[in-house]
Amino acid sequence: MTGVRWGLWIIVGVTAGLFGLFAYQLTQPKDEFVESAMVGKQMPDFDLPAASATRPGLATGDLADGTPKLLNVFASWCIPCAAEAPYLEELERNGAQIVAVAIRDKPEDVDRFLTIYGNPFTRIGRDDISEVQLSIGSSGVPETFVIDGKGRITHQHIGDIRAEHVPMLLRELKEAGA
Amino acid sequence: MKKLISLIMAVSLLTPLPVTAQDTMPPAPLAYQQLDDPAQEAEARDLMHTLRCLKCQSQSIADSDAPMAGDMRHQVRSRILAGEEPEAIRAWLVERYGDYVSYTPTVSSTTWPLFAIPVLLLAICGFVFASRMRRRS
Repeated sequence: MTGVRWGLWIIVGVTAGLFGLFAYQLTQPKDEFVESAMVGKQMPDFDLPAASATRPGLATGDLADGTPKLLNVFASWCIPCAAEAPYLEELERNGAQIVAVAIRDKPEDVDRFLTIYGNPFTRIGRDDISEVQLSIGSSGVPETFVIDGKGRITHQHIGDIRAEHVPMLLRELKEAGA
Repeated sequence: MKKLISLIMAVSLLTPLPVTAQDTMPPAPLAYQQLDDPAQEAEARDLMHTLRCLKCQSQSIADSDAPMAGDMRHQVRSRILAGEEPEAIRAWLVERYGDYVSYTPTVSSTTWPLFAIPVLLLAICGFVFASRMRRRS
């Protein structure tokens, strides 16, 4: 037996490397978000009736009128949706046009929600079976999509909008308009 | 009076409040309703067992009671009923959510190592084995 048995040491090295990789990956926080693969693609065809007596419904055509928009996916039963309401208002005050899709929601509940938390939306579509939500790759509420003037999705924001997200979304809107 | 109040309080603490429902809407028509044609229902069921629930990510949509899983089952059943192929429905979902939504791995630009590595390892084993056998004889 002379010298070092390199073959064995390589196996030890590879094994140690693998365990190191496992240890690293297992201690990384897991990303629970499922990102939409529709970013960069055209909005699918849909035509939703109004979710509230206060605003008209929402169809694909409304999203391709030349003005970039925010599409907010929300529900009156969703608590983070109430939490993000002031920031949607702030976006609207800064010139953002916001349309919405209400998921699995009754008009009277949507009306009550809008009375309490404000109504920054120009249109609200009623999606009782999450059909539009599924067709744009959204996996929960709230989510906010940036749609350019031609009806193409340019950005997806998952989760509630917080104060720090407002400038970012305004920038995304501006880029979508360019 | 005090006793009565404390009794009411005790009872109200013991009575479980109904957990606030996620929503008050009835489930989508085909979320819990099987298709009339058993062959179509079997097709839908097979597909539903291999699609991930996006709300409860370690369950399939067939196993989950989340409203969103129900809405996804409705999509699957209504599309099967309309004559769509199960793999076309899977492709429709993968186009929207990426490979993550499917429990059946397919070869793509990100998943090809899953398929290539075992073949490569087998080839290496075969090569080592063959060269050892040759040396021995």
